[in-house]
Amino acid sequence: MANTPEITRVQKLDFRVGQVMTRQLITVKPATTLMELKELMRTRRISGVPVINGTGDLIGIISLEDLLRAFEQGATNATVGEWMSRSVITVNETDPVDVAAQKFVQTGVGRLPVIDAQGCLVGVLTKGDITRGLLAEVQAETQDEEIARYRASHIFRDVQSDHTTLILRYKVAPRDFTHGGQASSKIKRALTRLGADPQIVRRAAIASYEAEMNLIIHTDHGGQITAQVDAAQLTLIFEDDGPGIADLKRAVEEMGYSTTPPEIREMGFGGGMGLKNIRKCADQMKIDSEVGRGTRLEIIILLHAPESAARNN
Amino acid sequence: MIVRTIVQALDLQIVAGHAALERPITGGYCADLLSCVMARAKANNVWITLQAHPNVLAVAVLLELAAVIVTEGAPVPEEVKARAEAEGIALLTTPHTTFWVVSELAQLGVPAQE
Repeated sequence: MANTPEITRVQKLDFRVGQVMTRQLITVKPATTLMELKELMRTRRISGVPVINGTGDLIGIISLEDLLRAFEQGATNATVGEWMSRSVITVNETDPVDVAAQKFVQTGVGRLPVIDAQGCLVGVLTKGDITRGLLAEVQAETQDEEIARYRASHIFRDVQSDHTTLILRYKVAPRDFTHGGQASSKIKRALTRLGADPQIVRRAAIASYEAEMNLIIHTDHGGQITAQVDAAQLTLIFEDDGPGIADLKRAVEEMGYSTTPPEIREMGFGGGMGLKNIRKCADQMKIDSEVGRGTRLEIIILLHAPESAARNN
Repeated sequence: MIVRTIVQALDLQIVAGHAALERPITGGYCADLLSCVMARAKANNVWITLQAHPNVLAVAVLLELAAVIVTEGAPVPEEVKARAEAEGIALLTTPHTTFWVVSELAQLGVPAQE
């Protein structure tokens, strides 16, 4: 269990052994003496070395443990060939890193020689190499997000006009519960990148989610979400072409009034709270609906309003 | 307190989202009605519910919840597991009731904040 999270992460990143292994190769020959090996390990600060023959083929591996074992038995004048381990577990440079990680876990070895398609030794992989590779990748991801945020948050300053408005449009399909909330997630991320206050982003996300789910639950043919962002405010518009809300006053004002069908209520919708939640989160809300024609909901959230940010949501 | 702490203390099963086990928990919220959760649950809360369909994760992501605990052994569909994994939300299950979970969390010191 303890290794699962890293492995899952590695799989997601599609890392190959060749990307993270150490290429600078230190090798010994079978004829190398153990005294020479000891000096090599000490000066290069390594604890295991692949053994190659005259033609460069990998024929064994020798570790600090092998060396200690030999010295304990007084074999100070022996050679690498006499004490190396001949059954070498290797990985291919094109193997995914999670395959290598599993080999480390299964075998308990400290390093894996890396071979190419021809079986030639091209590098060595340690657990530390994997960790370093992952760390670099995660940092790169964080940096990408930071750059994205920086760029987006300066858009209203960088793009010169008398009035700049960013318009984002999303289609919402009827009864598409699987993707329910995805448009709102994207709007939320856009606002975060644009540098909006987290409390304001939260209110926008709640209002947007409720309205998005209304499109999914109630509409005949789905609908469209339009998010208009300028330097001062976010305007969210939700439009559909039916069926329309018969008793708009009750839907907007009466807590618990809901027209959600029973099978959808079973999933935790239809508490009769959606529009009320939206009204609480919005600085302005306007809704028009006509049975047989459709519904248009417009929400305005001010992006720089300390008094509205202090509200409950 | 982090998610891993409650996983161990309550012997919860990790269905998805191992990557989120180090997230801090600031409090909790219980409801099976999604609009209630949207209105009241706060970022880094743990949400205890009987619901286990994809919209639970949509809510958890939007609210930046720390973890979702599905109680009474309610089955979690594969698509929900996959989404939790992709979104990095710790999705945990237990055969116990919601009340049992809340009672245990209270003893562990998860604060009741409103």
